[in-house]
Amino acid sequence: MLRIRIMPTLLYKDVGLVKGISFDSWRRVGSVMQAVKVYNMRDVDELVFLDITATRDARSPDFALVDDIADECQMPLTVGGGVRTVEDVRALLQVGADKVAINTAAVGRPELIRETADRFGSQCVVVSIDATRHADGRYEVHTHSGATPTGIDPVTLARKAESLGAGEILLTSIDRDGTMTGFDIELVRSVCEAVSIPVIASGGAGSYEHMQQVLGAGMASAVAAASIFHFTEQTPREAKQYLRAQGFSVRI
Amino acid sequence: MQKVSVVDYGMSNLDSVARAIEECGGTPVIVGRSQDLEDATRIVLPGVGAFGDGMRNIRERGIDRVLRDQVVEKGIPLLGICLGMQLLATTGYEGGATEGLGLIDGEVRRLERDAPATRIPHVGWNQVDFVRESPLFAGIRSGGDFYFVHSYHFVCSDDKDVLATTPYCGAFVSVVSKGYIWGVQFHPEKSQRLGHQLLRNFISL
Repeated sequence: MLRIRIMPTLLYKDVGLVKGISFDSWRRVGSVMQAVKVYNMRDVDELVFLDITATRDARSPDFALVDDIADECQMPLTVGGGVRTVEDVRALLQVGADKVAINTAAVGRPELIRETADRFGSQCVVVSIDATRHADGRYEVHTHSGATPTGIDPVTLARKAESLGAGEILLTSIDRDGTMTGFDIELVRSVCEAVSIPVIASGGAGSYEHMQQVLGAGMASAVAAASIFHFTEQTPREAKQYLRAQGFSVRI
Repeated sequence: MQKVSVVDYGMSNLDSVARAIEECGGTPVIVGRSQDLEDATRIVLPGVGAFGDGMRNIRERGIDRVLRDQVVEKGIPLLGICLGMQLLATTGYEGGATEGLGLIDGEVRRLERDAPATRIPHVGWNQVDFVRESPLFAGIRSGGDFYFVHSYHFVCSDDKDVLATTPYCGAFVSVVSKGYIWGVQFHPEKSQRLGHQLLRNFISL
């Protein structure tokens, strides 16, 4: 059976890894290479690496850095941040990224999704969607690491991404990000029901039970999480042991 | 150390594959010109991307003819990975019907969902159930997990060429083999311990 996936997320800012709350209040959490080595030893399912200031600073991805990470990384690696052109994608895949996450450009120039899927295949195109929930229950996509509201509904963007050839959706609740208070199940479920490509749920994981909720009621195929692994004693392996006991198919 | 020629036809995660081969005790040599394949002793055909583009790039480089000579005439072991496995087929249907390398009889078709909740592409870790024994599987148990990421799958014309299947969208063929030719739908270079064992087995055939 296809296993659910637990994917640690590494957020890169300036020269090291950080973790914040709701895309703000960043704390330093160590070096990238150290983190990759630890996750190698733990045989994690996949790794997500996001350079969160590349787009804001109008930088291209740091290809040399991704090359170093990919050389060390023994698990499938998704890389995002600053991806604006097909050439950016080509260069990231060439240095060893397995999948490339497109966030701001997926809104600004959606054709990039199709161009990338046509050239390299849907399997390496992850469209990353960051969304907030308004008081009236409406959701809104933000770009530029959460800084820019777009007026677009995440379900609409997810459907469009799928139709343009995206292979996966990485869906992050900005409100829950870093809070460790649980996923926005309603947001995740609405997107999972709208598309038939896999959805990786992100933002809010604070316990193994939260993961169970988003994989069950939320219908997600995978969980991406950072704070829970940086700031608590909880580990991807224990998460999978817990989930297996709850009847999920996991790789241990 | 065993030299392993990794075919570069412009569509591959060459870095990951070459690095994994090195970690598994081989000496990877990235080969983009057909003449450089002539003294190969092990050949890996990696690949990510679409079938049509892949075949076009291979033909433009004249790699299809050399591969056939090396593998069919001389019996040099060949391992196709992901798209590289699919290209072994007679015909592929990704981006229109395209003639493949024709090294293993079969077609490459899109996965079809067998339940409403099934998601395509098939992404993640799934089990590989052995149908037949193979030196490629030495030290690996049937049912072990490997990493997949694909939307198309190999449909063999002859069941004898099926070495393993994976339970998704029914049971698709995840390993094919004929003579000294092997193809794996998953990514051994990203499948950690089991994937590396499989690569070591190929290198030491």
